[in-house]
Amino acid sequence: MSEKQKKQKLTPVQQEYQALAKRIEPKRTTFKNCVRAFLSGGIICLIGECITKAFITWGGFTEKTAGNPTVAIMVLLSVILTSFGVYDKIAQWAGAGTAVPVTGFANSMASAAIEHRSEGVVLGVGGQMFKVAGPVIVFGTVAAFIVGIVHMILQFNGTGAGS
Amino acid sequence: MTLRGHQSWIFENKPRIFGSASVVGPFEGQGPLANDFDIIHGDLMLGQSTWEKAENKLIEEAAKIAIESAGLTKEQIQFYVGGDLLNQIISSSFAARTLSIPYLGVFGACSTSMESLALASLIVNSGSAHYALAVTGSHNATAEKQFRYPTEYGSQKPPTAQYTVTGAGAAVVSKHGEGPLITSATIGRVIDMGITDPFNMGAAMAPAAVDTIQAHFRDLRIEPGHYDLIVTGDLAKVGYEIASELLKKHHIPMNQTDFRDCGMMIYDYENQSVQAGASGCGCSATVTYGHLLKQLRAGTWKRILVVATGALLSPISYQQGESIPCIAHAVSIEYDGTN
Repeated sequence: MSEKQKKQKLTPVQQEYQALAKRIEPKRTTFKNCVRAFLSGGIICLIGECITKAFITWGGFTEKTAGNPTVAIMVLLSVILTSFGVYDKIAQWAGAGTAVPVTGFANSMASAAIEHRSEGVVLGVGGQMFKVAGPVIVFGTVAAFIVGIVHMILQFNGTGAGS
Repeated sequence: MTLRGHQSWIFENKPRIFGSASVVGPFEGQGPLANDFDIIHGDLMLGQSTWEKAENKLIEEAAKIAIESAGLTKEQIQFYVGGDLLNQIISSSFAARTLSIPYLGVFGACSTSMESLALASLIVNSGSAHYALAVTGSHNATAEKQFRYPTEYGSQKPPTAQYTVTGAGAAVVSKHGEGPLITSATIGRVIDMGITDPFNMGAAMAPAAVDTIQAHFRDLRIEPGHYDLIVTGDLAKVGYEIASELLKKHHIPMNQTDFRDCGMMIYDYENQSVQAGASGCGCSATVTYGHLLKQLRAGTWKRILVVATGALLSPISYQQGESIPCIAHAVSIEYDGTN
């Protein structure tokens, strides 16, 4: 529903009240949140970069193969911090900075798994683990599919014009 | 007749709070009202295996201590009126199973504290019981789990968000004995101003609080100056400011009295990161049965009006885009040292 349609459904009294409430509510500090997200997200990526470099220098990995073990370590770190109840505290400060990298994804799964452990391993952990992460996977896959098709069509046209 | 005006009750037979108790979690114990609570738990789990069991224990403990403080045993209590925030009010019903007192489960979201106290007072006032127990509680982790995200999930809360109190409060209402009198109650209407953001409960609930406060003054034909203190349940900073503005707009002279909010009293804004303030039915329950009753007994105030506010949403209703209907119930408590 668009913002305009929503407004039309409200009575004049409701509209007047919402205008009053909007005036008093503190605004989300968007600029500050962006700066914090940039810094914290950057620091997480820097840590990831250091781990990759370490794998290449001492582990005998190449630039290409170091990616997977790096992600595994970042996920492990995130799950440990989630388990100790620290990740959500950092996230309140960092916002998107801790939500966007792979650590945020790991946190969403670990937190749901911990939360629903009391409802059993199968229905609790198994059933609820993707409660928060599920939409990311579903729409990530759908988006990748669409982009893939567009890419294929463009490539097809490209090669068709060339020959 | 008990009914006064459209929606208020005057309790002419002087029901009183004979015993009371408040039990809280560790985070509330770090707040400015720590000295007024009967038990502060150091462990958020309360030594239980699940959050839900912990909430259940909070409620049971508050009930037991309140009964003890009145010098009674649970067999002497005729009725137990109570509720909480969980689906099917399991915490209260499970506590009633343990206590085995005839039980009326009520749900008014965070307004349950005053809803149950008003009903318990009505039962005692009408002569339907010698003693009635009103208990309300909430737990931060169970509320977060049911209404929002997993507790350890890293989501950034907006400045309008509120922090659910871990705590339970209980009162034994009696016709006899010594204690603060419950003089009147006003039952609120459901008010919906079309707010749909569950992270902005204060703004959703403020109009309900204002409606009930106005109805109370109208029905009883009194002014705010009748009370030394008027407190709302859990509007927190945002809702409190909106409510103050609305009352001013409706020409209610709130400057005659001290107008506060329980959701702004229980935590320390400087050192505890709670965004707008506290919420949950444990908020008004622990602040009223802990802090406010102690101050009444100490003589700080003689007459107070507690207006507990509740947001009647469910996790499904807001996901379906429904707005948040809200309610508020007011109960007036008096103590002059000779009751």
